[in-house]
Amino acid sequence: MPSPELPIPSVRGGAPVGAPSKITQGSRARGGVGESTLRPDGILKVTGEFAYSSDLWHEDMLWGQILRSTVAHAEIVSIDTSQALATAGVYAVMTYDDLPTGVRNYGLEIRDTPVLAHGKVRHHGEPVAIVAADHPETARRAAARIKVEYRELPVITDEASATAPDAILVHEGRDDHHCGHVPHPNIVHRQPIVRGDVARARRRADVIVEGEYTFGMQDQAFLGPESGLAVPEEDGGVHLYIATQWLHSDLRQIAPVLGLPEDKVRMTLSGVGGAFGGREDLSMQIHACLLALRTGKPVKMVYNRFESFFGHVHRHPAKLHYEHGATKDGKLTHMKCRIVLDGGAYASASPAVVGNASSLSVGPYAVDDVDIEAIALYTNNPPCGAMRGFGAVQACFAYEAQMDKLAKRLGMDPVEFRQRNAMEQGTLMPTGQPVDSPAPVAELLRRVKAMPMPPERQWESSEGPDVRQLPGGLSNTTHGEGVVRGVGYAVGIKNVGFSEGFDDYSTARVRMEVINGEPVATVHTAMAEVGQGGVTVHAQIARTELGVTQVTIRPADTRVGSAGSTSASRQTYVTGGAVKNSCELVREKVLEIGRRKFGSCHPAWATAGLLLEGGKVVTEGGEVLGDLADVLEEEVVEVEEEWRHRPTEAFDLRTGQGNGHVQYSFAAHRAVVEVDTELGLVKVVELACAQDVGKALNPLSVLGQIQGGTTQGLGMAVMEEIVVDPRTAKVRNPSFTDYLIPTILDTPTIPVDVLELADPHAPYGLRGIGEAPTLSSTPAVLAAIRDATGLELDRTPVRPEHLTGTA
Amino acid sequence: MRVNFTVNGRPQEADDVWEGESLLYVLRERLGLPGSKNACEQGECGSCTVRLDGVPVCACLVAAGQVEGRDVVTVEGLAQFARQRAAGGCATGACGTPLDEARRWQAEGTGPGTGEDAGLSPVQQAFIDAGAVQCGFCTPGLLVASDELLERNPNPSDADIREALSGNLCRCTGYEKIMDAVRLAAARRSEEV
Amino acid sequence: MDFLRPASWEEALAAKAEHPTAVPIAGGTDVMVEINFDHRRPEYLLDLNRIVDLYEWETGAESVRLGASVPYTKIMENLRAELPGLALASHTVASPQIRNRGGVGGNLGTASPAGDAHPALLAAGAEVEVESAARGTRLIPVDEFYTGVKRNALRPDELIRAVHVKKADGPQQFSKVGTRNAMVIAVCAFGLALHPATRTVRTGIGSAAPTPVRAGAAEDFLNAALEEGGFWDTGKIITPSVAKRFADLCSAACNPIDDVRGTANYRRHAVGVMARRTLTWTWESYRGARPAPEGAA
Repeated sequence: MPSPELPIPSVRGGAPVGAPSKITQGSRARGGVGESTLRPDGILKVTGEFAYSSDLWHEDMLWGQILRSTVAHAEIVSIDTSQALATAGVYAVMTYDDLPTGVRNYGLEIRDTPVLAHGKVRHHGEPVAIVAADHPETARRAAARIKVEYRELPVITDEASATAPDAILVHEGRDDHHCGHVPHPNIVHRQPIVRGDVARARRRADVIVEGEYTFGMQDQAFLGPESGLAVPEEDGGVHLYIATQWLHSDLRQIAPVLGLPEDKVRMTLSGVGGAFGGREDLSMQIHACLLALRTGKPVKMVYNRFESFFGHVHRHPAKLHYEHGATKDGKLTHMKCRIVLDGGAYASASPAVVGNASSLSVGPYAVDDVDIEAIALYTNNPPCGAMRGFGAVQACFAYEAQMDKLAKRLGMDPVEFRQRNAMEQGTLMPTGQPVDSPAPVAELLRRVKAMPMPPERQWESSEGPDVRQLPGGLSNTTHGEGVVRGVGYAVGIKNVGFSEGFDDYSTARVRMEVINGEPVATVHTAMAEVGQGGVTVHAQIARTELGVTQVTIRPADTRVGSAGSTSASRQTYVTGGAVKNSCELVREKVLEIGRRKFGSCHPAWATAGLLLEGGKVVTEGGEVLGDLADVLEEEVVEVEEEWRHRPTEAFDLRTGQGNGHVQYSFAAHRAVVEVDTELGLVKVVELACAQDVGKALNPLSVLGQIQGGTTQGLGMAVMEEIVVDPRTAKVRNPSFTDYLIPTILDTPTIPVDVLELADPHAPYGLRGIGEAPTLSSTPAVLAAIRDATGLELDRTPVRPEHLTGTA
Repeated sequence: MRVNFTVNGRPQEADDVWEGESLLYVLRERLGLPGSKNACEQGECGSCTVRLDGVPVCACLVAAGQVEGRDVVTVEGLAQFARQRAAGGCATGACGTPLDEARRWQAEGTGPGTGEDAGLSPVQQAFIDAGAVQCGFCTPGLLVASDELLERNPNPSDADIREALSGNLCRCTGYEKIMDAVRLAAARRSEEV
Repeated sequence: MDFLRPASWEEALAAKAEHPTAVPIAGGTDVMVEINFDHRRPEYLLDLNRIVDLYEWETGAESVRLGASVPYTKIMENLRAELPGLALASHTVASPQIRNRGGVGGNLGTASPAGDAHPALLAAGAEVEVESAARGTRLIPVDEFYTGVKRNALRPDELIRAVHVKKADGPQQFSKVGTRNAMVIAVCAFGLALHPATRTVRTGIGSAAPTPVRAGAAEDFLNAALEEGGFWDTGKIITPSVAKRFADLCSAACNPIDDVRGTANYRRHAVGVMARRTLTWTWESYRGARPAPEGAA
């Protein structure tokens, strides 16, 4: 069953408990903007009734199963599906040859990804065939009976093998819009940024620091597996219930492959069990639709965790080479860097990740003379694309390591050194774009440093050491031996919204009417609620703008215009902005009705600035002009309108100059760690964060985003990495047994200091917040480990063998 | 094969069960109880945590045939379970659920979820109030585990909470609000006493 | 696939005799993962959940007879005094949910070198009680039980009924290295037991060789050093050079591989560190428990 409509309950007084926070609350409408209203889907989620995409069920439904390649790079010699087809309970088996139209590829920006492999597989786990059967086990057994003969090809796994003179081209005959400017066809995209005169600036440097950094492949590891239900419809179309980050982007890629016009592919958002970028690309969407249309039956597909590691793109692993110079008094002179991102077998979001990595490679610092290059490779490694932080994360790990190195060389305090070079409002980005809203980088560092330190040796108790609070935890590896504390700092910059000239907009349909004597607003968008709390915020905006208590959030679907992606920290800004805008238009219409009906009764109806508050029309001075119920009576006011943030420009392909970004988001972290220096085990004791959020529309959700993002950064620092065998390009740890994410015992207290400096260009002055905390968390933990151990540590995640010289 | 067992106080029968099926699959796909979640199916995430004869276990690692004749409580039955416990009844369900109780439970599940009278258990309410729910996929398992912790230890230290919940992965919250929720549930309970 | 549900031990033995390929399933924490991930499709699953006595333990004069299915949680809660090493090891197993289901019988049956119980069993000294319908019961010393990577001395018609673990006559410790602070499979693990009654020290190493192993040479060295130095009588602090030599020999007893969880070098190194630390902890505990020597401050 699809999710029911979500009527918003009236607000309970749910003050956050325990978390130190400096957010001030307050709003004119009860449950409006700025309050910690509770999630409208909260009750469904705690009772188990909230329907996620893997919970759907339909009478007579079949189960879909994908057969994936067992090798990373090979020609497909033959595929024999006869035994699979002959299996009892099997309704369909499809391969590339069974695709219904000439459109057989999809992709976010470059349509280079085959729906089913055609003649060649380019990475381990690539979909080769699909099966529909009456039970998942039947489908699995049938898939196992498909015989695929491969002729293996050499694997391309890094820059050297990708750009060697005789390198096999991962994609032959490229004709995408990047192929003309890249130095090699195995490079997806290249973005240089050149500004000032590095050679001259370099001569002013008293110290020069270089570093070569490695960033591992991180997985989004959302808990809700890729899944959905495709239901064939009587008109020959299909209705797909799906967990995704952007319904309309999916639709644009799905419909042509099915040979259907977009209005015959209806999409409804099901419950989404987390996303973090991993649902920007399609997974099983087209496969389920193909099988449903082929069999005429509803088809459900659910990946298990093993398959999920192959079913979505990961964060780009990267090699980053940095050079910074600084004067004796601690001013940066110049920065040179080269960032090589491994995009894997298909482009996915690689071009945009390159744009971010290059344009944010300097970090939140003022440096006039820069020479930057970022590229993404095509290889036979798993495809990489969007993940929270999107290119900015890898760069932040490297430039923050550089800052510490420079501070050390100069004998300066690492925080003070950063503050001396911190960007501020008005600073030029390396792209030449001025930062035109608050950039409180130095202040965030000051705040995070000023937070009280956690007490030493918290693991000591009268009954002896509490191992749960020591490195190694329950595994009982130390009772204090070898344990050294370290402290580290980091700060980062992330862009908000889609950049580089992308037409980034959202659509909101807002309706107002009187039901049972009470004015009720209904908000309908296609925004993917993936857990971030967008639905909570939409209701708050409607309450604030329309003065109602009751707000109904309609399920997201494609019957309303695109909301854009739940990515890039953009939804509160852009779809929030669209909801606000549509609410304002609704308000104008309501006031128009009021003027028509009652304008003659009171002269104030003719004044500007009338508001809707508490179910009434009021003047700015607070005088009540009438009840909304009386104004509207039987009338229904509805508006559907697109809303855009300020336009951006593409970066110049040669110089990287251009006003490419909309807004920036800043966070700083202080990590306190205790390292068992003998065993190389790390306990993060505390991870404090200070972040500027512009305006906290929902303070409780803001804290949740910051703490969640911080913890993903912690995971990247000490445990999370998809390990790919360099000889075979096969994934070695596709499971939660060997891809480790932090447990509650690995996660420290995360005190948060929230700063609210309004961005005058954004709705309510808000700043997108979801990603920034993921950036600085990782380098702060690494810095703290370096502080504890004295080791250089140029890769993340850092593993015990790196801390003990036993790699 | 056929499996008979009790779920949330009501007898259930599942037919044509494939021998390799897990309790989780039977709950989700055969009994219409998808509240227990399928995040990893390898016992690493805890999102499918249920009480089996009162003991918290990963439903994904219990073979369907192993629950024959046994008693299971899922997140869907947690509120009822907590109410019975508070009333001093047999919360494990081993002594059976009176028919009127079972009927009431059934009616509750069909409610619109508007929340005013959702009859949540204290720990469910605390998770909502403390902001411990984001995507919510880990929530059912965490609720079952947290409820059992507070049953055993009404006043847990932070380290106790972390240890008890160390088998439940959450990817959204960074666990801080989950800690708050459990502390809140414990505090509210001690206020009541 | 068939699901066999014996109601008694005798029925289980009969079923195993009739279907030697049947895979026993108790806690399910290994078997169900393999089924869920399509790594294994046994012809028969032999459910042991209904056999009540597998969940029971008896404490005898010399040893504890621990039913194969006694969950780790019960071991932690009830056998801390008798089997301190195994109780510590049990506490490091996966998560509370897993510890509520899994038991030592499963660890032995799977015989993964990473099984958490093995080092504790090796250090304490244990015998595995196995039985077949045809030949009855035999006791296999745990040292001889592990025969290869995920292979053990069980014959196809045999089932593990219990494990007889020697009751502690001195301090025991268990340490395990993982890259997460909870819910982690061992990168490597180490168990150590002091046996003052026999004036010996026993060890167990997990996940650092194809099978769980004892560090025989290290034990021999330490036993001799303790004896020669009169340590058991005086209870004096073990000299750092002795502890280091012991740790080095424990490292040398490893025969690890590089894998996704850790490098061979790291495993050797970490086993040495754990050997030194657990020796220190147990010895401190032994000294503390002894009556203070005369004239001591």
